Amino acid sequence: MADTVSPDFALDQGDEGSVLRVSGDWTVATVQDVDEALRELAPATPLRLDVTNLGRLDTAGAFVLDRTLRAAMPGTEDSAEIIGDHATARGLIAQVHAVSTPAPPPPVRPGGLMAMLERTGEGFLNIVTESIATLAFLGETLVTCARLLLRPWKLRWTSIVAVMEEAGLDALPIIAFLSFFVGMVVAFIGATTLSDFDLQIYTVELIGYSELREFGVVLTGIVLAGRTNSSFTAQIGTMKMRQEIDAMQTLGLKPMEVLVAPRIIAMVIMTPVLAFVATLAGIAGGIMVGWLSLDINPGVFIERLRTSVPLDQFWVGMSKAPVFGFVCALIACRQGLNVGGSVQSLGHSTTTSVVQALFAIIVIDAMFAIFYMEMGI
Amino acid sequence: MTDDIIIRIRGLKTAYGSHVVHENLDLDICRGEIIGIIGPSGCGKSVLLRAIVGLKEPAAGSIEVFGRRLETLDPVERSALERRWGVMFQDGALFSNLTVRENVEVPMKEHTKLGPQLREELADMKIRLAGLGPDAGAKNPSDLSGGMRKRAALARALALDPELLFLDEPTAGLDPITAAGFDVLVRKLQRALGLTVFLVTHDVDTLQATCDRIAVLGEKHVLAVGTIEELRTFDHPWVQEYFGGPRGRAATGH
Repeated sequence: MADTVSPDFALDQGDEGSVLRVSGDWTVATVQDVDEALRELAPATPLRLDVTNLGRLDTAGAFVLDRTLRAAMPGTEDSAEIIGDHATARGLIAQVHAVSTPAPPPPVRPGGLMAMLERTGEGFLNIVTESIATLAFLGETLVTCARLLLRPWKLRWTSIVAVMEEAGLDALPIIAFLSFFVGMVVAFIGATTLSDFDLQIYTVELIGYSELREFGVVLTGIVLAGRTNSSFTAQIGTMKMRQEIDAMQTLGLKPMEVLVAPRIIAMVIMTPVLAFVATLAGIAGGIMVGWLSLDINPGVFIERLRTSVPLDQFWVGMSKAPVFGFVCALIACRQGLNVGGSVQSLGHSTTTSVVQALFAIIVIDAMFAIFYMEMGI
Repeated sequence: MTDDIIIRIRGLKTAYGSHVVHENLDLDICRGEIIGIIGPSGCGKSVLLRAIVGLKEPAAGSIEVFGRRLETLDPVERSALERRWGVMFQDGALFSNLTVRENVEVPMKEHTKLGPQLREELADMKIRLAGLGPDAGAKNPSDLSGGMRKRAALARALALDPELLFLDEPTAGLDPITAAGFDVLVRKLQRALGLTVFLVTHDVDTLQATCDRIAVLGEKHVLAVGTIEELRTFDHPWVQEYFGGPRGRAATGH
């Protein structure tokens, strides 16, 4: 490739109009050098273009030249006169001229306060429609599940078991591991605080109540919201994007029965199991810390746990698990089916799915806490 | 047409694992021509395109583009060479998180020192050059129809005024009228900008309307190269079937 010569121009102002003499290479790589100067050019009309010394020219160069000529003669659609010989200049400039009539200016967006109010309003309406849509989906899901449970032979056991393995069994190690560490942390905090009062032994109650009632199940819910929600939404969303869901409907398969119900049922079954394991792991973490740093013998720990923490606490925790599983799967499936045709909408739905699930789990947990407190458990 | 050869392929072999796609493939492409690449499904038309632009490493043989072998170049030279061609992928491959205008601006932003204002003006010009309306620039790729997406992809491929344009199935999935419009557009742009076009296609109409020469791929190499008239008399069952079948006859007016 020959070396490029930087573009240059000279304007000859005369009585009968002016001539723009251009030289050098006017290509996409070089035209920026003369762009500013050409914009400020105020030639006498009519303007003619001399391309005798012009080097290489591409559409970018042709565009800049055409824009200059056009600006010099506002109101006319005719192309300006070009003098001199050049292999491609005439053709290119004419080609560019034909397609570069100025585009209409973009619509002005309201700024400042108006825009903020508008966004706020839109955001609020969004929340309302989103809540209504989720409730509608909840209803549809419940009806589908109820119908299927009345006719269990129509249930898709293979997919239920597959989901149970993928979202349940495979999540077990991570949930147990995390819960174990959270149990240890709670025990440490309890031990440091309680040792001020010489009441280290109450660490057992602390672990028992917190793990059985809250941590085991909430931690399970949070891990599921991150792990399972994103995967469900991505799976269903990709199917939606690739029109597999449309294909399913034309084949007489109901996406609610084929995709949503198995996931919901599997999660309702598996979440209590996961929560149970998480609770055990959390208590094990507590026992470990008690044994190693508080000199509470594991046997003593378990004995004290049995006598001083009522069984109710366990049932309070476990009662939340299927609800969390249900909500996670519900949100994940809804967001998956919400995906449009583009890649961003898949990413957006996946994020929304995880965020909504986390939000729902914390809020529902708080509601459970209030409910059980009022019940006096 | 000059005899200036812009792409020279010699003894090319490409393979995916043990599956050999091309073997001993030779092909020359001259400056300023539109060459159509045809062949049965799965014969490696798109793989050949990928091999030329450096997306698929050849197992053997050499590919020279503009007289340079891609694998011998250092990154700076390679990037300079890559700027001299534009590629339009089958489904457009527009970046879905950017608007059409921003898509066209991507190569300009990356490879030139154009300022934002001129870049935007040029992008709008390219979009219109590719046959889209002036309002298309602000749209997202997902809001466009298939034909419009292909035009937007063409605008992006043309962003840096390449000398060489690769089109992968430009008319696949378009209705006949849109496809014909695209054919005319490609021919018009090729004439106006002096492009060399490497066109992978299935469409006999496109071949008839745009291509100067046609290369038939099959049996892992180039079976024949020539004009439609020359290929019509070429003695190979697939080629005969292709041009002699009802669709081929209708398109070429025989």
